[in-house]
Amino acid sequence: MDFINALILLLNYIFVPALAYGSQLALGAIFVTLIYGILRFANFATGDMMAFGTMFTVLFTWYFQSVGISFGVLPTALLAIPFAIVFMIGYMLVIDKFVFKYYRVKKSPPVQLAMVSIGVMFVTQAVVRIIIGPSDRRFFDGEKFLIKAGEFKEMTGLNEGLAIKSTQVITIIVTLILVSSLFWFLNKTKTGKSMRAYSDNEDLALLSGIDPKKIVMITWIIAAILATIGGTLYGLDKSFKPFTYFNNMLPIFAAAIVGGIGNPFGAFLGGYVIAFSEILLTYAYRKFFMYVLPESMEPDGLVQLLSTDYKFAVSFSILVIVLLYRPSGIFKGKVL
Amino acid sequence: MRKYLNVIAAYSIMMGLIILVGIFQSWNIALSIFNLCLISAVMTMGANIQWGYAGLINFGIMGFTALGGLAAVLISVDPVQEAWSAGGPNILLSLFLLIGVILAVKYILKNYKKSKSRFYIVAAIIILGIIIIRFISEPGIEAIEEVNPAKTGFLGGLGLPIIFSWIVGALFAGGLAFVIGKVALGLRADYLAIATLLISEIVIAIIKHEDWLTRGVKNVIGLKRPAPYEVNLQQTDWFINIVEKFNFSKLNLITDLTERQAALNQFVIEGSSIFVKLCYSGLFLIVVIILLILTQKALYSPWGRMMRAIRDNEEAANAMGKNVVKQHLLIFVLGSAIVGIAGAMLVTQDGLFTPGSYRPLRYTFLIWVMVIVGGSGNNFGAILGGFVVWFLWIEAAPIGLYLVNLTTAGLDDTHFLKVHLIESVPYFRFLMMGIGLLLIMRYRPKGILPEKIEIK
Repeated sequence: MDFINALILLLNYIFVPALAYGSQLALGAIFVTLIYGILRFANFATGDMMAFGTMFTVLFTWYFQSVGISFGVLPTALLAIPFAIVFMIGYMLVIDKFVFKYYRVKKSPPVQLAMVSIGVMFVTQAVVRIIIGPSDRRFFDGEKFLIKAGEFKEMTGLNEGLAIKSTQVITIIVTLILVSSLFWFLNKTKTGKSMRAYSDNEDLALLSGIDPKKIVMITWIIAAILATIGGTLYGLDKSFKPFTYFNNMLPIFAAAIVGGIGNPFGAFLGGYVIAFSEILLTYAYRKFFMYVLPESMEPDGLVQLLSTDYKFAVSFSILVIVLLYRPSGIFKGKVL
Repeated sequence: MRKYLNVIAAYSIMMGLIILVGIFQSWNIALSIFNLCLISAVMTMGANIQWGYAGLINFGIMGFTALGGLAAVLISVDPVQEAWSAGGPNILLSLFLLIGVILAVKYILKNYKKSKSRFYIVAAIIILGIIIIRFISEPGIEAIEEVNPAKTGFLGGLGLPIIFSWIVGALFAGGLAFVIGKVALGLRADYLAIATLLISEIVIAIIKHEDWLTRGVKNVIGLKRPAPYEVNLQQTDWFINIVEKFNFSKLNLITDLTERQAALNQFVIEGSSIFVKLCYSGLFLIVVIILLILTQKALYSPWGRMMRAIRDNEEAANAMGKNVVKQHLLIFVLGSAIVGIAGAMLVTQDGLFTPGSYRPLRYTFLIWVMVIVGGSGNNFGAILGGFVVWFLWIEAAPIGLYLVNLTTAGLDDTHFLKVHLIESVPYFRFLMMGIGLLLIMRYRPKGILPEKIEIK
């Protein structure tokens, strides 16, 4: 019995939150990796672009709520996502046309494009803050819990409750659907294959008649979808605050590089690697050991490897270690 | 003379703008903008050495700035005796253990061939070392943080004049840069950018949460000053006399004696804060000029030519027998050390150390905007960038407010759009920075004052 209690404890505090957080990171990481693989630069505006997409979702959600449209037990935001994506695609294409295209045509070095993306970061950040303001916004509605801790205890008669938030389940399901359709697109369709070819060897791809304009446009469209959905899922699960989105850029970068930048599957797994290591290393295992060990061996302290203050530092340290010993990432990067 | 014409013109316009702020807003604001411009100029010089001379991307400027600030605290604050006696021995012991672990690892890496068993031994030493150090340091840290937590709760510093911290800040930042450079400089440009960005976040996380050393987010306030205090100045005779002389004509207009005294007091209060700011300006100006002379000399020396050669074509420079790795490391350390000086200067001027205020946007990306806008590779350009961008950063809100009022002049004062826009005026600075950076990168990619290479 104690053993099951211990398992539920880990499931409740580590596994489920890490899976949800990892999914959110994974979407962002695939976004970074796609831009890096096809447009060949590190996009420092990632976090703010996600905030931009989420902002549209929040605005549409408020609009729907004000006219009384709801999605039953599910959050209204899910209804708003498609509309937000349309706006986000428009924004991405405009930015590409007026900013990035010039440097791409000129074949500027990637560093210069990264600098330009910093300019885009500033502008996007300003626009988000001017339109929706810098404060914390909650836009979640519908049923909050799938399983409540108390109900779970009654149902199973265990000491430990298992609470699963509906946002966590939505995050994981949406991520799985989105990522599997993306991989299907990249591996099975003609456009997807030409995107991979373009990422692998630009000149060869151009020679075989692939239209670079189309590739770039589709990349931005996919990026817009990923950014909006990833940002919205994060906002539903936690809350929408432009500044946290900017900060999320850092673990997202870590996830993309750990997985091997330019490799979407690596980025997908990288998200979970970062999320799990952050939570595993900063969780206080005291209660777990109380269940597992006999009473005489109970630990005195919290049995915490690192204090939660170092949550971000954990993922960055992993990244630095990976960069130093395996710069191409865990799953060989640089090819889509 | 002619070739410096654009430099002189650009700087005179900048000075004119600051003087205009002095006339229309207040001299206090103008001087505080000027002081921060000078500090920004030091930072941009550091970044410019790395990016402009050598083409190294360092997105970790925030971390080096914070280390410089930490140096200011550790040098100037008086030591907390109680805390030292409570937890000092434990901390010192852990420090020695840490050094021992590092030396042991180094020894093994040097003297044994690469093999699986070597890897396991090194890993075991590191993990064991961390566990032992945690066991020893934990009670010490707890004891230190319990000593009068509302006021101290940390070890304090050395109690020396704060000016020394400018040098120590440079040493701290340079030391960290040496470690980072040793491990990360081999990375490709954009990887290096991301790695340094994340390492600087780790540095900030440590400074924020190791309360026994830095007091963390509880902040350290009331640091010693290299300049006199306003309150003392207001009671000094010679200062009051100077103020009287300065405002002689205005004071003479007032005939009533008590009113005259009141006006004089007002002038003295204003004058004292301006005087203190002028003291800082003088100190900062000395630093900027010394650094400018040194960096200019370096740029036109054989060493500077070698750096440019490495920047423009690494392989060719390597083939000519230049040690690219060593030079990269050197310049990374030098540039970061200069940024460390700026960090210490910043904390000196503010008189307080707030680890929570170190944000990458303000301390990394903004500095990069300065370098790019001003002109990378050209010291005068980088300094000008520091001035222009900081000036706009501060004045963006008034300018934004003016623009909002202008464009919404037809709307009612309570119209929701106008209210909303006026509320979001502080964010116009981001917009201005972003658009400025994008325009400069597009139409003048070498910056306002581009790099000029003279062959003498």
